[in-house]
Order: sequence, then structure tokens, then C-alpha cells
Amino acid sequence: MLAYALRRLLQFIPTIFVITLIMFLLLNVLPGDATLMAGGLRKEVDAKVMETMRRQFGLDKPLYQRYLLYVKDLVTGDLGVSFLRREKVNRLVGQRVWPTLKLAIMAMAIAVGVGIPLGFFSALRQGSLLDTASMVGAVSGVSIPQFWLGLLLMYFFSVVLRILPTTGYGGGDLKHLLLPAVTLGVGYMALLARTTRAAVVEVLTADYIRTAHAKGLSELRINRKHVLRNTMVLVLTTAGLQFGALMGQTVIVEKLFSWPGIGSLLVDSIFQRDIPVTQGCILVIIVVFLVVNLAVDLLYAAIDPRIEYK
Amino acid sequence: MKRLCFLLAGLLVLAGVTAGPSLAARAGGTLVSMAPYGGDIGTLDPHKTARTQDALVIKNIHRSIYKWNPAANKPTPDLAEKVDVSKDGLVWTLHFRRNVKFHNGRTMTVDDVIWSLNRIMNPKTAASGARYIRVIKGAKAVEEGKADHISGLKKIDDYTLQITLAEPVDLAYSLYDPNVAILPRDVVEKMGDDFGTNPVGNGPYKFVKWVRGSEVVLQKFPDFYLKDRPYTDKLVIKIMGEGAARDIAFRAKELDMTIVGAAQYPQYQKDPVISKHMVEVAEMYTRLMVFNLDYKPFQNKKVRQAINYAIDSDLIIRKLLKGKAFPCKGFLPPAFKPTAKAYTYDPAKAKALMKEAGYEKGFTFECIGTANKSWGVGVVEAIMPYLKKINITVKIQQMEGAAMAARAKAGDFQALIWSLDSGPDPLVALMRWSSSNPRSSGNYANYHNPAYDKLLTEAARQRDPAKKMALLRQADAMLCDDAPVWFFNYNKAIMAYQPWVHGVQPVAVEMMYQDLMDIWIDDSSPRANEK
Repeated sequence: MLAYALRRLLQFIPTIFVITLIMFLLLNVLPGDATLMAGGLRKEVDAKVMETMRRQFGLDKPLYQRYLLYVKDLVTGDLGVSFLRREKVNRLVGQRVWPTLKLAIMAMAIAVGVGIPLGFFSALRQGSLLDTASMVGAVSGVSIPQFWLGLLLMYFFSVVLRILPTTGYGGGDLKHLLLPAVTLGVGYMALLARTTRAAVVEVLTADYIRTAHAKGLSELRINRKHVLRNTMVLVLTTAGLQFGALMGQTVIVEKLFSWPGIGSLLVDSIFQRDIPVTQGCILVIIVVFLVVNLAVDLLYAAIDPRIEYK
Repeated sequence: MKRLCFLLAGLLVLAGVTAGPSLAARAGGTLVSMAPYGGDIGTLDPHKTARTQDALVIKNIHRSIYKWNPAANKPTPDLAEKVDVSKDGLVWTLHFRRNVKFHNGRTMTVDDVIWSLNRIMNPKTAASGARYIRVIKGAKAVEEGKADHISGLKKIDDYTLQITLAEPVDLAYSLYDPNVAILPRDVVEKMGDDFGTNPVGNGPYKFVKWVRGSEVVLQKFPDFYLKDRPYTDKLVIKIMGEGAARDIAFRAKELDMTIVGAAQYPQYQKDPVISKHMVEVAEMYTRLMVFNLDYKPFQNKKVRQAINYAIDSDLIIRKLLKGKAFPCKGFLPPAFKPTAKAYTYDPAKAKALMKEAGYEKGFTFECIGTANKSWGVGVVEAIMPYLKKINITVKIQQMEGAAMAARAKAGDFQALIWSLDSGPDPLVALMRWSSSNPRSSGNYANYHNPAYDKLLTEAARQRDPAKKMALLRQADAMLCDDAPVWFFNYNKAIMAYQPWVHGVQPVAVEMMYQDLMDIWIDDSSPRANEK
């Protein structure tokens, strides 16, 4: 299995390489450039200053030259310098990754902590009030727009009840983390509830469950030993893959709650055509995605003895 | 006699007591403001940014030679105490204050001023402020890399600087912008690129921390050159681009002041408390639909005028923008008291003009714009039915900001809807449409009118401010009549503030350019004693 893991890690390199190439081409083909957007849309920058900026940013060099320079830096781990912020991208992105990770982890914790038990018990009591209510909730959760939900929660908890702050990072403490994490997590909670329920329902109809009943095992024992473990594989895979995707989908929540994450940095930099920052953000998100996927695959093998990697 | 004196004294005391409560400014507390223009702050180095979002934070940390005076609606000396101008307007002698300290304790001298101005013109800095400093003799040579310092700057002594200009312009307008602030040479050279994230300045507040994408925290600088400023001990600027989020934070009393968006404006007007604490001003931004004069139908003046008469701008402002704009006449905003004749809503006249122009059957044109609610494609949708009545069909293409800017500069459009700045220097604002200004620099219509150019050249030469303004108003009226654009509105900027906040002013150049050092909070603020 170690050999398998190492092989997968090595495969990261060509993957990242291809992605950076595609990204580079796409970003440099977009109309408009950083000098146009230097003043934001409301303020125009003087033509002569734009010329100077273009030379400073290296935008006057031919495309292939810029790509080679980029790869040369990338190999040494240097993600370049932001056009508009004049800062090293490594530092800029590094500061913003942790808040997003925190947000994503908390959202996932809520999704897993609430969604999986909900789905589990709904499946065990199919057709009951709990089942119906939680599945209605699940569909709503997936359908609710994050922006709307976020504002609603903000209004209720911050203005009416006054127990939580409206926006901000606050050093990353729980008080500030709660509302954004719930807003982000509700959709995934709903998804996990449905997935878990479906998985449990399917497992419950399996032959070995009937055998277990016939053997005289208690309901609790069956649920814990057989149902749970068999469904966990499917559910954890879903949750794990969702987490990778989650990292790239935090922008709405980040913008709404003034959360200093990498999602809002990515979106801002795209509008500003700040190419080094865009590339840096995408790279980080992709690396997280790849690492999480690998971890899920290895975990899969660890949990399910039937699975073996060569 | 004694009784008379007592009576008199008593009356005086009574007069004093009943003269009405004049609140004395209170020092202390924390003020929470916001940066509403979307997106994070880029950098806190004033020479390396061009964005308003950055400038509104920067102006609390760094100061420039002049500063915008909202009461006078023009720049007045700030770091400079006294300014002497030679008869020909080419030599300016600036006498600086002697008690300006940087946040690291060092006193500012003319060396810092000269160094800062040179840094701005240095091509390596790629400073947006170069467009302002370029008026100084020898600055262009530095910008082009032909010289390493500006020849027109001469140090007389540690606190006196002599500036020679290339042409006689009003230097005040070049030296007030936050982007041309004076920085401490020693600190910037030592810190290099890190200066943008850990700035040291000479402003009323010093930098404490910046939580990227979230907020900037500043603290009162006790050695600021104005003894009783700033009033508040701490200043927090929250980065909040979403109007809805600002609304909630304001209602939760977490924000002391907020820029009101169009969606919230009607509710705020109805609210009994908030409506009493709102400041409105016509900002120096004119919204318009630019006609590309290279497109044949737009080459006919009657067609352009017809379009202006055909659209009921007032109704659109009232209903679509919920009153969050001022109807427009000409390009210059109300701050300059324009005398142009506004286009009234006159569909009959519009029809007649179209007929005279030979376009009775009408034509089609495509308008590009962004998704912006106040000056985007939504407005174009609103004007479509009006133009249909004079047989003009409008097609819309919604675009993203940078893509549209690229097309605008290239002239790759028939019409575009945008918001352009029309201040603070009215001459500069009108110069945008002069023949010498190419499309790539802002003359998007590609407007050429020799008579208009002549008026502007005369105005530039005119030293008497009243006569100069009269010429500019004339030029503006000519532009209005010629109608290279559809004149839509001037932005109405609205700032709402909590009842305990005092000192908010209507700042026409840009509402967010409030000087926060002049704002104080009274005891009823939940943060009145927060340090």
C-alpha cells in the first residue's frame, strides 16, 4: 500500500503541470488585463501609467517567455508576485488558506455530525415522521441559496438575538466561525443525510443482515456492527470528496461574512486580472483536493479489508 | 448699582444656559467604519495602488501636501502650512509644518517630500499618482527613465520646498490625492515590499493590524501635528462589499457608519431613527451612455439629441434607482453649479428631430454594459421602450468589468453605459472629451469639437478662478448641447450613521473620503470607552 501511495503522490506532479499550463493559457487569453483594472471599475488609470505598469508586471513579454519564467519559479516553490498587491503570492495565499480550511473543516464537521446520524436514523425508521421531516429538510438544505440563508441567520442571531457577531474573523474563534460554517455546511449536511439514508436502506435489504437477525442478534448490535460499518465506506468517500470540492466553493460565504479566506481572494483576483494570485489560489485548492482524494482512497482501503491496492 | 450688576450677571447666565446645547467634541472610543467598494484592500502603500478602496484606508495613515476640503469643495494645504505662487504661476514655494512626525517618531522634512515625489515618478514604482506629479518640470524625464530625479524640485531649507512647473496649472489638484502621500524614506527603503502590509505614515492613525479580506485596525497617533485630533482612540475599518451585509451589521450596531446601497435606500428613508442620521451628496461621478461617434447614425447630432429627449430619465431614477441619483444636465456635477440646459422628456420633439435627421425609420444599435444595478444593462432595459417609440431598437450585451473596459478602450462598441468621474478638477473632467485626449485615455465617444477645445485651452490659461469657471461652464453647456452621450444621472452617495456619531460631512469628490479624524462619538456608543 505504501508503494501505491507513493505512486499516487508522484502522479501529482504531471497533474499539476498540466493544470498550470491550461490555467496559464486561459488566464492570459481573457480580455482585459491588470493595468485596466488597477483602479477598479470606477477609477481610470492614466494611459502612461498603464504602460509603465505593463512593463513592471512583465505583460509586455511574449507568452511563452512568461510561462517559462513562471515554471522556473514554480519548481523552486515561488508562486510569483501579485500585480496589484505587489506582494509575494506565497505569503498572500499562505495567510488566506488557514481561515478557509478552518471554515471548510467546521462546515464538514457540522455536515457529518448532523447529517450522517440524521440519515442513519431516518433509514432505520423509514416512513416515520422523523424520516419525512428530515428528508424534506434535506431537499430544502440543498436548494437554499447560501447568500439568503447567511443573511437570514445573520439577522436572526446577530440583530434579533444579539448572541453572535454579524461578520468578521475575530481571530478565528468559535463565535465568529459558527454562522459562516453553518451557512456553508447546511447544503452538505442535507446531501450527506440523503446519501447515508440511501446507503443504509440498501444495506438493510442485504442477505447478511437477514442472517444476523436469524442468528438472534439484537437490533443495536446489528446496527452497530454490520450496518454502520458497511455504510461508512460509502458515506466517508462521499464526505471526503465533498471536502475537496468544498475548498473551492467558499467564496459566497467568505464575501458575505468578510471571512479572510482564499475563495474571495481567488474571485477578486480574477476580476482584477491579477494572474499570479489567481494561479496561486487555484494551485493551492487543487493540491488540497488531490491530497484529500488520496487520503480518502487510503482510508477506504484501511476500513474495508476487501479492498487492496497494488 | 450692585443690584443692577447682579441682574445683568443673572441674565447673562440665563442666556448662556438657554443658548441651546452645543455639543463639545468628545475624545475617545472606537469608531467602526467600512470599506464598501468590494474586494479586499490591495496594499497600504499609497504609491502602489490606484483603487478607491485602498485610498480610503490609506488616507488615515498617510497624509499628502494638500487635502480635500469638503466645505470649500477644493483642496487646501495640509502638510504644507503656507503656499506662495509666483506671478506666472510656474513657481510654487511650499512652507511645511515643522511639527509633522512619522509614526516611528522622526520629524518629517523636505527630504522626505522630495524623495516621495521622485519615488512616484520612478517607473519601477509604477505609481498611479505619476499622472499628478507629471506637471512638475523634469518629472516626465524621470518617468521615461531618462533622469533619476525631478529637476523642478529645489530644497530651500528643511521645511521649504520650491517647485517649478512645466505649465501653469493649479498644483493643489495634483497634490491632494491620497496616492501622492509623503512617506518616510528610511522606513520604506528598509522595508521594501513589506511596507505595503506594515505601513508607517504621518497621519492621524497608526497601523496596528490588517486581517486580510476582513478588516484593518488603526490606533490614534498621539504625536499627530493637530493637537486635538483624531478624536477617537481606535479606528476599525471593516471590509464589506455587500450592501445587504452592511445593512445587517449597521442594524446590529456593529458599524458606526455605512454607505447606503440603492436596495436599502427606501427603507432607510422610512426608518424614523436612521432617516435623521443620513448625509446625502451628489458625487462627482456622471453616469451616461456613450455613443461611439464612429458609428454612422450617431454621427448626426439630431439623432443624439433625439435620444436624450426621448428618454424619461427622471422616471427611471425615481422608479428603477429608487431615487438614489440626481438627474443630470451636462457633464459637470452640481458641485460646480453647471449652467447647461438639461434635456427634458419630450417624445414629440425627439420624433421631430429623428425625422429632420432623416432617420424616421429608425435604426438598431448594440449597447454593452456590466451587471451593475445603477449604471448597467438594467438601465438599458429600462430605456428600450422609450427608444422603440422613435423606432430605435436597442440590443444589449452584458459584460464583465475588465472585458468591457478592454472593448471601451479599443472602441469596439456602438454604445456603452458607464459611470465616469467628473471631478474634482472640472477642467480635467472636461478635458476627457477634448480632441487631444484619445479614446484609449477616456474619450470613449471619440468626440472632436474644435470650438470645445478652444474653450478648454482658454480656461486652462485663465488664472482668475471665477473667469475660469465661467469658461468651463460654457464648455460644459456646449458639450451638453452636442450630446456625444446620453446624460443619465449624477451619483447620489448616501452615508448613514448611528445617532452617537458626529461630524459626518457631505464630501462631493467621494463620500468615502471622509476625514475620519474629524468624527467623534458620544457616550451613548457601545464602544465609547473602548481603546
